[in-house]
Amino acid sequence: MSPTLIVTIVIIFIILFIWSLYNGLVTMATQIAEAWSQIDVQIKRRTDLIPNLVTSVKGYAKHEKTVFEDVTKARTSLMKADTPEKMSKANDALSGALKSLFAVAENYPQLKANENFLQLQNELSDTEDKVAYARQFYNSTVMDYNVKVKVFPNSILAGLFGFQEKPFFQTEEAERKPVKVQF
Amino acid sequence: MNIRKQIHSNIIRSYLFMAIFIAVVIGLGYVFEHAFGYDDSFLGIAVFIALVSSFVSYYFSDSIVLGMSGARPALRNKDFNFFTTAENVSMAAGIPVPKLYVIDDNAMNAFATGRDPKHASICITSGLLEQLDRRELEGVVAHELSHVKNYDIRFMAIVAVLAGTIAYASDIFMRSLWWGRGRDRNDERDTGGIFMIIGIILAILSPIIATLIQLAISRKREYLADASGALITRYPEGLARALEKISRDKTLMKNASNATAHLYIANPFKGRKTGAWFSGLFDTHPPILERIRILRSM
Repeated sequence: MSPTLIVTIVIIFIILFIWSLYNGLVTMATQIAEAWSQIDVQIKRRTDLIPNLVTSVKGYAKHEKTVFEDVTKARTSLMKADTPEKMSKANDALSGALKSLFAVAENYPQLKANENFLQLQNELSDTEDKVAYARQFYNSTVMDYNVKVKVFPNSILAGLFGFQEKPFFQTEEAERKPVKVQF
Repeated sequence: MNIRKQIHSNIIRSYLFMAIFIAVVIGLGYVFEHAFGYDDSFLGIAVFIALVSSFVSYYFSDSIVLGMSGARPALRNKDFNFFTTAENVSMAAGIPVPKLYVIDDNAMNAFATGRDPKHASICITSGLLEQLDRRELEGVVAHELSHVKNYDIRFMAIVAVLAGTIAYASDIFMRSLWWGRGRDRNDERDTGGIFMIIGIILAILSPIIATLIQLAISRKREYLADASGALITRYPEGLARALEKISRDKTLMKNASNATAHLYIANPFKGRKTGAWFSGLFDTHPPILERIRILRSM
């Protein structure tokens, strides 16, 4: 094997490596964007269920004004949240307000027996899970991407192409305290 | 061992067994060929038969198995927990939600089938849905979804082709002996003898060895599905509790057969709970207590 042949093979190999690395990074970055919009979809699902819930509870417990206000306020701030931190905070605030709402509903046996109310309760609890799983999937996709961007020799090339580490969806210190239920 | 190490080790081991399998197939072909002194038509025919018979069962695996098991499609309003759990776990796993079915049977069991994540189905018994709480159900669904995500159905189909090839090749070899097909070519004398003897021994033993390897691979993939499922839910205790409940349940499934037994989450014929080594080699599933122990150590 002549030296020229060897050098050519090595160069072809390097080109193929760079090509597949670039495409891999583009694919993963797109997957991360999709995972992020998934979180949005689940948050929207959550906010959409709230008006129905408030109406059905108001039908039995009109005078419990505070819980309704808290839930509505939390819902509005969740809909307005535009950064991960704000979204996370608002989501947890809503969960807290809902817990209080459901605790209050315990005092109204007719409400508790209402099919519609029960269905809404199940759906809302499910949307909490969905938001949590959407965030988990986003984080695990980001993790795979960050590893790919940081390992050697990818790190050199990734920098040249403009691919950077992306942040995880994290909760702030304050939110890690347990949620208080108010009667 | 933590979850990711578990996953890694199970994947490596199942591929190792697969490599041993392929080596056995090639070795067998070599011995048979030299015993008779002609070309590899032996192995070629055996591979062909095994491929054709496996292909249909693999490609249509979901409709075949579901038809055999008497399953009905799951409905969101009727089976809310199952439906929403499957949606959530699919989202966490990053695969589309498979088709969902329920079998009306008091026994507690579940299975997954389908050639890839886009054509997959998951089936659960009504007994399981009634007796598990939501977190335990999540563990079970995550285990089944991991089978889909890890392409286990495809993997085991390939393993089945390999095992089938060995079985058919040994069969053809023995029949050729019986019908006295000797040397085909005048210039290939003297290749019988020792290869013939080895060939006969292998033809008798290798189907059993093939089955043992196939079962060993099946067990590793079960452990892998446990670990992958735990990585999806981040809560191995859910599946551990579900497996405990399943192992304590005395009811037997009405519609399981030997053909479908390996797909279920727990051996529908009530396999043993602890690991007695020799008879354990013939189980499609690892012992339940061992699975629970590993899940709790993650």
